[in-house]
Amino acid sequence: MITLDLRGEVCPFTFVKTKVKLEELKPGELLEVILDHEPAVRDVPRSVEAEGHEVLSVEKISDKEWRIVIRKR
Amino acid sequence: MLTDEQIKRYARQIIMPEIGVKGQLKLLESSVLVVGAGGLGSPAIQYLAGAGVGRIGIVDGDEVDISNLQRQTIHAGNLGMNKAESAKTFVEKLNPDVKVDVYPFNLTPENAREIIRKYDVVLDCTDNFVARFLINDACVIEEVSFVHAAVLRFEGELMTIVPKESACYRCVFKHAPPPGTVPTCQEAGVVGATVGVLGTLQAIEAIKLLLGIGEPLVNRMLHVDLLTMDFTELKLRKDPECPVCSGRVKEIIPEKYVESCQL
Repeated sequence: MITLDLRGEVCPFTFVKTKVKLEELKPGELLEVILDHEPAVRDVPRSVEAEGHEVLSVEKISDKEWRIVIRKR
Repeated sequence: MLTDEQIKRYARQIIMPEIGVKGQLKLLESSVLVVGAGGLGSPAIQYLAGAGVGRIGIVDGDEVDISNLQRQTIHAGNLGMNKAESAKTFVEKLNPDVKVDVYPFNLTPENAREIIRKYDVVLDCTDNFVARFLINDACVIEEVSFVHAAVLRFEGELMTIVPKESACYRCVFKHAPPPGTVPTCQEAGVVGATVGVLGTLQAIEAIKLLLGIGEPLVNRMLHVDLLTMDFTELKLRKDPECPVCSGRVKEIIPEKYVESCQL
């Protein structure tokens, strides 16, 4: 699984960088995104789903960090 | 591949499903020729450069005059400079991703086809009938899509032409009106914001054509009256007898591009 470390990034770049990375992947491939900007934990999955990708999980991995797993459509 | 800086610069466009990374890369590889860096050309150049159209050609033989600045805001601080050169300095400051080709002279029957064929899309940002007919005929012959706009006082018109597929300017107007019957902006006046609206619409049409998205204004003419805010659309049809669209006229004959421009 490919990992995208977006710690330190804020909206809208959290989604933009996720989208850029997804465009590089093949359909069906998984992408793990690590975030520390709380609003992005809601916005990134919503925007990613709006583009037709599948959000497999969203989990809190530490006090201020989250992990999102996406399957490219 | 987009650089980190480009991802930041174009974030608002990359976010949109119609554009994305693919569309942004396409814009960066595209080219637009803007004929006239005046009232219409200024906003068009500004937004095309901002959007990251990779190469912009600018044709203008005039110099920046103080009476231009009321509407041609990209020329701020450049009084006396050639307008194509002046526009280039603006673009360089706004976006270093854009390469600017400067043509510091007017489009003529002799140079029109050679210049036009180097671009994906052309914007007619001129202010006279001879230039409009010349751009139309050269674009149709070279099969380069173009966007026409014209403005007077608070009114404007807009039309997109995809050669062979849609009605061209000459399908609608056979020839120029007799000199003196239609006032020019110099005589009748124009509000800067009006040219701003129409030039901006031209930039949007160019971006749509380059990306193949939306519904370009083909076989339609938009007429806007900004004093009443009436936006009217006229349906247009390709004229089977049109001398240019029908393929009958294959060359630009310089003698035809005076006064009436009748073919």
